[in-house]
Amino acid sequence: MFSTHGILVVGGGIAGQAVCEAVRARDPHVPLTLVCGEDHLPYDRVRLGALLDGGSVEDLRLRPSDWYEDQRVMVLTGQRVRALDPDAGTATLDDGATVLHYDRVVLCTGSDALVPPLEGSALPGVEVFRDPADCAAILGAARSAGHAAVIGGGLLGLEAAYALAKLGTPTSVIHLVDRLMERQLDAPAAALLAPAIAGLGVDVRLQHATTTVLAGPDGRAAGLQFADGSRLACDLVVVAVGIRPHVGLARDCGLTVERGVVVDDHLVTSHPRVLAVGECAQHRGVVHGIVAPIQDQARVAADTLVAPDRAVAYPGSIPTAKLKVMGVDLVTAGAAEGEREVVVADAAAGTYRKLVTAPDGTVLGAVLLGDARGAELLMDAVRTGRVSEDPLGLLAEASQATAAELPDAAQVCNCNGVCKGEIVAAIRERGLGSTQEVVNVTRAGAGCGSCKPVVTELLQIERAGAAEEPAYLCPCRKQTREDIAALVREKGITRVSELSEACGAGRDCGACKPGLSYLIEERQAATFRQERHAKFINDRVHANIQHDGTFSVVPRIRGGVVTSDELRRFADVADKYELPMIKITGGQRIDLLGVRKEQLPAVWEDLGMPSGYAYAKAVRTVKTCVGTQFCRFGLGDAITVGIDLESAMEGLHTPHKVKAAVTGCPRNCAEAYVKDIGLVAIENGWEIYVGGAAGASVRKGDLLATVETAEEAQRLALVYLQYYREHGEHLERTYGFQERLGLEAIQAVVLDPEQQAALLERFAIAKAACDPDPWRERREPVHPKQFAELDSDPEGLDLVAMAAAGVEAPR
Amino acid sequence: MSVWTRIACAEDVPMLEGRSVHVAGHQIAVFRLPGGWAATDARCPHKGGPLQDGIVADSCVTCPLHQRRFDLRSGAQIGGPDTIEVHEIEERDGALWVRLAEGRADLEDAA
Repeated sequence: MFSTHGILVVGGGIAGQAVCEAVRARDPHVPLTLVCGEDHLPYDRVRLGALLDGGSVEDLRLRPSDWYEDQRVMVLTGQRVRALDPDAGTATLDDGATVLHYDRVVLCTGSDALVPPLEGSALPGVEVFRDPADCAAILGAARSAGHAAVIGGGLLGLEAAYALAKLGTPTSVIHLVDRLMERQLDAPAAALLAPAIAGLGVDVRLQHATTTVLAGPDGRAAGLQFADGSRLACDLVVVAVGIRPHVGLARDCGLTVERGVVVDDHLVTSHPRVLAVGECAQHRGVVHGIVAPIQDQARVAADTLVAPDRAVAYPGSIPTAKLKVMGVDLVTAGAAEGEREVVVADAAAGTYRKLVTAPDGTVLGAVLLGDARGAELLMDAVRTGRVSEDPLGLLAEASQATAAELPDAAQVCNCNGVCKGEIVAAIRERGLGSTQEVVNVTRAGAGCGSCKPVVTELLQIERAGAAEEPAYLCPCRKQTREDIAALVREKGITRVSELSEACGAGRDCGACKPGLSYLIEERQAATFRQERHAKFINDRVHANIQHDGTFSVVPRIRGGVVTSDELRRFADVADKYELPMIKITGGQRIDLLGVRKEQLPAVWEDLGMPSGYAYAKAVRTVKTCVGTQFCRFGLGDAITVGIDLESAMEGLHTPHKVKAAVTGCPRNCAEAYVKDIGLVAIENGWEIYVGGAAGASVRKGDLLATVETAEEAQRLALVYLQYYREHGEHLERTYGFQERLGLEAIQAVVLDPEQQAALLERFAIAKAACDPDPWRERREPVHPKQFAELDSDPEGLDLVAMAAAGVEAPR
Repeated sequence: MSVWTRIACAEDVPMLEGRSVHVAGHQIAVFRLPGGWAATDARCPHKGGPLQDGIVADSCVTCPLHQRRFDLRSGAQIGGPDTIEVHEIEERDGALWVRLAEGRADLEDAA
């Protein structure tokens, strides 16, 4: 029945993408066109909040751009269908000129944010939370907002509030009814969210009906007026009360529309040529707004389109979702309340597990909050309507369930609709060996990622407990750190290009070259030959590249102690080179920003201080407090010990950066508990903490040991550093290293006297070979153009130099 | 019409590294590869990162700011939709010569 016109999918959201994937899985040839109204390829709108947390739309992409090429899906982005003529089989785009032809068309137009008719809802400073442009507007406003109000305490509203709170914006959530997320949670479960919400500092106002957005003198939103007469001052309002199916296009071409576009059990609308899938579709009176049912619909629609012989009627979906609310795990499936309910709750631990059944024991719904164990099993029980004689027993069984006990049909990945059977088959048939491979092949875990532990578990079961294939140092050539280390040793390799010639590592994308360089340097400390092409730009010019291509300069300031003469030089350099900013860093150092590459040698010369390695995967700083030298509470001489430790470690490259601190008492002013290596003076001794972090991850370090003297503490710190240098994966921080190997295994090596001696010996060799001050290259550059572009002024003070203008052809 | 411009000595660019140069008011990046030379626009289309400072492999460069990767022969982004302009470059008698891609010819005339 198909001519060459094929299938047109209108709408590039999760539904449109799901339809394209399901059609291609059944028919690799039928012409397929996807029209995306936004300027982006399909992305995961469920994770929109990530855009408020520094992510980009590209990070949320459902498929990389070459997927569409490979699968021959023609994609039009930034274009909307203005009119549809199903009888003629045409769609007219927004430009009014482009007309697309099709045999069948699938409406995946999704929904818009619902904005209630509030007075003042059109004021500047009132945003919705629906697409990347909204996120950009919210982000822009949040930076300067004194207080943000989110109208709507459902899933969407809490997502927005969570993101705003994490940005540090004081935030209130305004909700109409007496509990949050009333659609998914009953009152006790909703109450369990309170500690998480309080922990984020978010203020919740229940039973508040907003009547007006108040305008300030500048004409922007300045507050909310509620029905009870109270008010709230705020300068950013995010409206997140719900969604409204986008049905205009369907209505205009005469399709039957109620709340959504009405479809039958084959997802066909009132016109046989037109189907509808996702948030815009209404099936048996239900409009679904979450991902799992949309995946079900897409599969049925694809059968209807290209495999009508095997098409079965769509019976509807039982909605299931596995997500995080205010940072708390939440699983909901089917009904949240019913005639027969069993609940296991632990208010102190903040967990709540509930099973809803019919009187005969048919499982109708589940809510798991704060403890998602057995989620797949319970979701499957809800979907299949399992009859349980003993619902409480089923809840208990679920908390013990492993992936082995899941039925093959149980859906593991709700984002991409992948069930256990598909994952297991892929692992067996394609011999997959790592979680990442399984994710790439099956798409399970490629969405929100919450099911990745189950994917890993399934992989372990299939591999009969054999370890996962290791992380590849060079993924292009599937070379592990161990493979490469063996080759380096066997062939006596001393530089990266030799290694690339020997095994190909580093030749394809180059991304692993810094890792290869580190590995050779660490293994062959005494004979290693540097190659600058294998280094990130920071390590070629010994400065940290900034967003505008300029660099930052941070000299070594051991222990954070600086002299008046050095401070004068900082000031003089900043004036002389007209640097736009001098910044005190978090590591107790001074950062000169906005230095052009060409200026680096002169700036270093004038500073007359050694490099602080602030740009490298290397030992960075040792922070200190004043300790016994000045502090009336000090128990140890933190400054002296810190300066000694920094001197001992500086210049060494490490798998990832290493930050350290020495603090003179457990008040921890130098933040030693959250450093890669932290020494804490206690009454009559020192504690050594390792694997702490206070960056993107926050982790208190593990107590490696308690010793009597500062010398012993320093010695252990160096032993640990060397062990990490030898066994950390490239770009693995100590906190990941600690969790991968485990504290006990690390202690078994680092506290063993024999191994200590060997580690310290290798440490001494590495230390002797390392460069304590790469800034000396200002006088002896490794290449005449190390710090210059081809047309840089040799003085490095004037960028305006232009290329010599020859105009003759070379031949 | 686009013309050849002498931009530098070949030895000014180390193996598997890049350097930038202005040609007719247009900043381009020049790369020395094991198999010859490549020249592209110097600015990453994503956020304007300096591609000449990127890590170079046998046939691609990775922007140092956010790791967008581009094929140095076609200019196509690897794993993404962007492209960068690719210019002609030749080494003759130890000198590097560049001819801007057609789309840039008007720029040169204007300069």
